[in-house]
Amino acid sequence: MSLRIVVTVKYVPDATGDRHFADDLTVDRDDVDGLLSELDEYAVEQALQIAEGRRDEGGDAEVTVVTIGPEDAKDALRKALSMGADKAIHVEDDDLHGTDVIGTSLVLAKAIEKAGFDLVVSGMASTDGTMGVVPALVAERLGVPQVTLLSEVSVEDGTVKGRRDGDTASEQLQAQLPAVVSVTDQSGEARYPSFKGIMAAKKKPVQSWDLSDLDIEAEEVGLDGAFTKVESAAERPARSAGTIVKDEGEGGKQLAEFLASQKFI
Amino acid sequence: MAEVLVYVDHVDGAVRKPTLELLTLARRIGEPVAVALGNGAADTAATLAEHGAVKVLTHDAPEYAAYLVVPKVDALQAAHEAVAPAAVLVPSSVEGKEIAARLALRIGSGIITDAVDLEAGDEGGPVATQSVFAASFTTKSRVVKGTPVITVKPNSAAVEAAPAAGAVEGLSVTFSAQATGTQVTGRTPRESTGRPELTEAAIVVSGGRGVNGAENFAIIEALADQLGAAVGASRAAVDAGWYPHTNQVGQTGKSVSPQLYIANGISGAIQHRAGMQTSKTIVAVNKDAEAPIFELVDYGVVGDLFDVVPQLTEEIKTRKG
Ligand SMILES: Cc1cc2nc3c(=O)[nH]c(=O)nc-3n(C[C@H](O)[C@H](O)[C@H](O)COP(=O)(O)OP(=O)(O)OC[C@H]3O[C@@H](n4cnc5c(N)ncnc54)[C@H](O)[C@@H]3O)c2cc1C
Ligand SMILES: Cc1cc2nc3c(=O)[nH]c(=O)nc-3n(C[C@H](O)[C@H](O)[C@H](O)COP(=O)(O)OP(=O)(O)OC[C@H]3O[C@@H](n4cnc5c(N)ncnc54)[C@H](O)[C@@H]3O)c2cc1C
Repeated sequence: MSLRIVVTVKYVPDATGDRHFADDLTVDRDDVDGLLSELDEYAVEQALQIAEGRRDEGGDAEVTVVTIGPEDAKDALRKALSMGADKAIHVEDDDLHGTDVIGTSLVLAKAIEKAGFDLVVSGMASTDGTMGVVPALVAERLGVPQVTLLSEVSVEDGTVKGRRDGDTASEQLQAQLPAVVSVTDQSGEARYPSFKGIMAAKKKPVQSWDLSDLDIEAEEVGLDGAFTKVESAAERPARSAGTIVKDEGEGGKQLAEFLASQKFI
Repeated sequence: MAEVLVYVDHVDGAVRKPTLELLTLARRIGEPVAVALGNGAADTAATLAEHGAVKVLTHDAPEYAAYLVVPKVDALQAAHEAVAPAAVLVPSSVEGKEIAARLALRIGSGIITDAVDLEAGDEGGPVATQSVFAASFTTKSRVVKGTPVITVKPNSAAVEAAPAAGAVEGLSVTFSAQATGTQVTGRTPRESTGRPELTEAAIVVSGGRGVNGAENFAIIEALADQLGAAVGASRAAVDAGWYPHTNQVGQTGKSVSPQLYIANGISGAIQHRAGMQTSKTIVAVNKDAEAPIFELVDYGVVGDLFDVVPQLTEEIKTRKG
C-alpha cells in the first residue's frame, strides 16, 4: 500500500521585507512579496526523503502538499511541487480571511482527512505567526500521535521515530502511524528545485477546495469566528541612535567604560 | 477573587524562573493556583507559595515522563475543570506552547502565544502584549471565547516575592486514550555548563560567523564568565559546528530578552534580530561599520573582535580588582 504523506505548507510574507498590518489588523499581504515559509521547506524535504526511502525499498509513497491561503498561496504549492511533491491542495475561501490558529487547525485537519493520510509533516513554526502549535492542534483534532519538533526523523514498518532537542533534554520519540510530525531546521538542508522539477511541477495537479468542500461553516473561521482578537498593532519606535566608536586600539576599554556607566560592571 | 491557573515548569521539583514570573503576572488578574506535574511536583510547593500561589495542585505518574505532551494536557484539563479559572497561563517553552494549544482546543478557548506582558482588561479577561514580526510591531490581543489560555515568554515580568498559603492538594487525573500515543524511548539530559540559562540570563554574550572557529569561542566564554553571562551564538556559528544548537539565538533558536546583549561578529540578519531585538541594552562588536546590527545598538565598536573582546575582558577583570 502506498504511504500517504501530507505536508502542510504556509504562504507567508517575506521576512526580509517591510511587514505590516492592514486596517483590520490582519497581515497586510499586498505590501510584501509572499513565499513558501522557509521552515516548511524542511518539512517538504523530510517528506520527500521518507517517500524516496519507501520507494527504494520497493514500496510506494505519495506526497501531497496542502496550504490554506489566498490565490497567491499557489506559489508556495508550486515551490513544493517543484521540489518533488506529487500533488497539491489549495484551500481557498474569502471567508477564511482573518482565521486564527484554532480555525486554521480545523481547516487543515478537515483537509488532511479528506485527502487521506498516514503521515502528516509540518514545519516547526511559520515565519509570520511563529506560534509553533499548529502541528499539535492538528494531531489533537485528528486523534493521532504528535511527534513534534524533530531534528531527526525516520519511518519504518508503520512506526515513526525521531529526536526532539528540548530545553533541558534531548528525547528519542516513537509512535505508530498515522501520526503528525513537525521538523526543525536542524533536520537537514532542503533541496533546491531542479530545472526539471520546475518544469514537471507545471503539470502536477493542484486541487482547490473551499469551505463547503470541507463541511465547514463560514462562522467557524475568519475574523468573526476567531477565538482571539487583535485590538491594536503599533510599530515599534526606532531605537534612538546609539554611540558608535571605531577601535583605534582602545575599543575594548571604551566599551568597558560604557558598560560601567550603565552599571553592568 | 477569580483564580488563575499557572502551569509549573520545573525540573525534578526545582521551579524554573519563567514560572515565578508567571505568578507575578497572574496576580494582576486574580489568585494564582499552580499546577505542578511529574517527578518532584510536591517539592515545588514552598517556592510557589513564596511567590504567590494560593494553592498548588500536584500529580505524579509515570506517564508524564514516558509519553510526550498529552498526559500533561489531560492533567491541565482536569485542573481547569476543578478550578474553573479566569485564565490559564503557561510558560512559552516549546512544550509549554503545545500543552497550552491542545488544552485551549479541548476547552473551547482561544490561545495567545509568546505574550511579553499581561494586564487586566476593561472588559474583563486579560489583555496580552505580543512582540511580532521580529519584534518590529507590538500588538495587544484578547481571547474572546472560552477561558483565555496564554503562554508568556521568559523575562516578561520581574519575579516578586508575595507569600501566600500554597496549600498542596492532590489533583485527580484520568489519562485520555491519546495520552500514550507518543512514547519517549530515551532521554539525554542537557549537561550543565555552570553558566546561567540562556533565556533567563540577565546578560547574554553572543558570537557569530566572525568568531571564525570553535576554539575561538573561548574568547566569547571568557567575556561571558567575567560578566556572569550566558553564551549565545548565531545560526551561522551553530551551522558551522562551532557551538551547540541549544545556544542559538534567533527565530529558530532561543529568544532572549536580557538587560544586556553583546553581539560579537554577528551581522544582524532579521532572523537573528527576531530573537534578541527586545534586549534592554544592545552592544555590538563588528569590523564592518555597515553591518545592520549597528542599527540596533546602544553602543557599538567598529573593530576586530579578536582585539576588542579580550581587551574588554581584561578591563572588566581590572575594574573588578
Ligand atoms: C504576528 C502574528 C501573530 C499571531 N498570533 C496569534 C495568536 O496569538 N493566536 C491565534 O490564535 N492566532 C494568531 N495568529 C494567527 C495564526 O498565525 C494563523 O492562524 C496561522 O495560520 C497559524 O499559526 P502560525 O502561522 O503561527 O503557525 P505555526 O503553528 O507557527 O505553524 C506550524 C506549521 O503549521 C503549518 N501551517 C500553519 N499555518 C498554515 C496554513 N495556513 N496552511 C498550511 N499550513 C500551515 C505549517 O506547516 C507550519 O510550519 C497570528 C498571526 C500573526 C501573523
Ligand atoms: C528560516 C530561517 C531561520 C533562521 N534562524 C536563525 C536564527 O535563529 N538565528 C540566527 O542567528 N540566524 C538565523 N537564520 C540565519 C540568518 O539569516 C543569518 O544567516 C545568520 O544570522 C548570520 O549569522 P552571522 O551574523 O553570524 O553571520 P554573517 O551574516 O556572515 O555575519 C558575520 C559578521 O561578522 C563580522 N566579522 C567577521 N570577522 C570579524 C572580526 N574578526 N571581528 C569583528 N567582526 C567580524 C562581519 O563583518 C559580519 O557582519 C535563519 C535563516 C532562515 C532562512
